[in-house]
Amino acid sequence: MTTIAPEDTAREAVFDATVAADERIEPRDWMPDAYRSTLVRQIAQHAHSEIIGMQPEANWITRAPSLRRKAILMAKVQDEAGHGLYLYSAAETLGTSRDELLDKLHSGRQKYSSIFNYPTLTWADVGAIGWLVDGAAITNQVPLCRCSYGPYARAMVRVCKEESFHQRQGYELLLALSRGTEAQHAMAQDAVNRWWWPSLMMFGPPDDESSHSAQSMAWKIKRHSNDELRQRFVDICVPQAEALGLSLPDPDLTWNDERGHWDFGPIDWTEFREVLKGNGPCNAQRINRRRQAHEEGAWVREAAAAHAAKHGKATR
Amino acid sequence: MTTPRPAETAATAAAAAPRPGDWPLWEVFVRSRRGLSHTHAGSLHAPDAEMALRNARDLYTRRSEGVSLWVVPSAQITASSPDEKDAFFEPAGDKPYRHPTFYEIPDGVHHL
Ligand SMILES: [Fe+2]
Ligand SMILES: [Fe+2]
Repeated sequence: MTTIAPEDTAREAVFDATVAADERIEPRDWMPDAYRSTLVRQIAQHAHSEIIGMQPEANWITRAPSLRRKAILMAKVQDEAGHGLYLYSAAETLGTSRDELLDKLHSGRQKYSSIFNYPTLTWADVGAIGWLVDGAAITNQVPLCRCSYGPYARAMVRVCKEESFHQRQGYELLLALSRGTEAQHAMAQDAVNRWWWPSLMMFGPPDDESSHSAQSMAWKIKRHSNDELRQRFVDICVPQAEALGLSLPDPDLTWNDERGHWDFGPIDWTEFREVLKGNGPCNAQRINRRRQAHEEGAWVREAAAAHAAKHGKATR
Repeated sequence: MTTPRPAETAATAAAAAPRPGDWPLWEVFVRSRRGLSHTHAGSLHAPDAEMALRNARDLYTRRSEGVSLWVVPSAQITASSPDEKDAFFEPAGDKPYRHPTFYEIPDGVHHL
C-alpha cells in the first residue's frame, strides 16, 4: 500500500468536486493516476479504431459503382483519418505521444474495435458499415461529448458532427440497392445479415461482465451502460430497417409493450471473445496493412523533417 | 509563476525525449467567418509551419469551417499555472464595482 500525501488528498477533493459539479477536467489539472491511464487506454483504442476502420471501406474505393459514390466514400474514409488525428491529439494532452501509441498498436499491446476484423465482401457492405457500424459508433459517441475530460469531449463534438453524414450515406446506399434489382436487394440483405450482430457487439460486454464500467461511470467518462446503449441502438434500427425494406437477422426481435423497447435475441459472446483474442477473419491482415503503411511512409516523414531542418523552419 | 509550459500538453509529454523524425506539436486557430476572432480548434504534428498550415486545412476545415488559419508551435505558448489559479485570478475577485450590476439606480431612470 502506498501512503497518500496530504496535498494529494486536497487535490483529489478538488478533482472530485469538479467532476461532481459536471465541470470538465483539463490537461494540466491534477487527476488520479487511474483516471489518466483509463482515459489513455480508452482514447488510444478509439483513435486506433478510427484509422484501422479506414481499411475495410478503402477496400472498395477503386470499385465504387459511380463517381458520386467514389467521391463520397473517399470523403468518408478521409474523415476517419481526421477522427484518428483528433483523438491522438486528445490522448497526447494526457502525457503520452502519438508515436508511442502507434508503437503499441503495431505491437498488439493496444486494441482497436473488433468490428474492423470482419471483411467487406461486397459493395453493399459499404452501406451496411455506414448505417450500422457508424450508427452504433454515433450511439456510443454522442454521450462522450459530455465526458468529464475536456479534450476528449471536444474531439467527440467534432467527430459526432461529421459522423451523421457517414451514417446517412450508408443508409442511402442500402436503400438504392434494396429498391434495385432482385440481385441488388439480396446483396443488401446479405450485408445487413452479416453486420447486424457484430454491430451489437460494438457496445461491449453485458453490464454484469463489464470490468471497467462502474469506475468510468463514477468519473463521468461514461454516461450510460453498455446494455443501455445497445438497447437504444436496437430501438433506433428496427424502424429504419423496415423503411429500407430489409429485415434484421434476429427471429426473437419483438416489441415489448411493458418495457417500451424491442426485445432481441442472445448475442454470441464466444464469437466476440474469439475475434478479440485475434482469431477474427481479418485481424492479421488489418494490423499487417497498418504496419506496412507506417513503414512505407517512413521516407516521407524523414524527408519532411530533413526539409524543415534545412530551411530552419522547425521549432526543434 | 511556475515555469511556463505548453497550454494543453501535460508536463510528462514535454519532458519526453524527441526521437528522430518526431514532428513538433502545433496549436491550430480557426476564424470561422469575417468579424469573428480566431478560436482554438485543436492541435496537430507537422515538421514546419508551412506543413502545419496545410495539415490544419485538411484536418480542421474540410467542410469550409474557416476563412483564416493560424498555427502556433505549442511550445511557444505560455500558460498560467492551474495550481496557482486561485491566487493568480484573485485580484479580480473583490472588485464587484467593475460590473454595472454593482450600482443601484432608482426605478424610472432609463438608458443607463
Ligand atoms: Fe469516425
Ligand atoms: Fe464514421
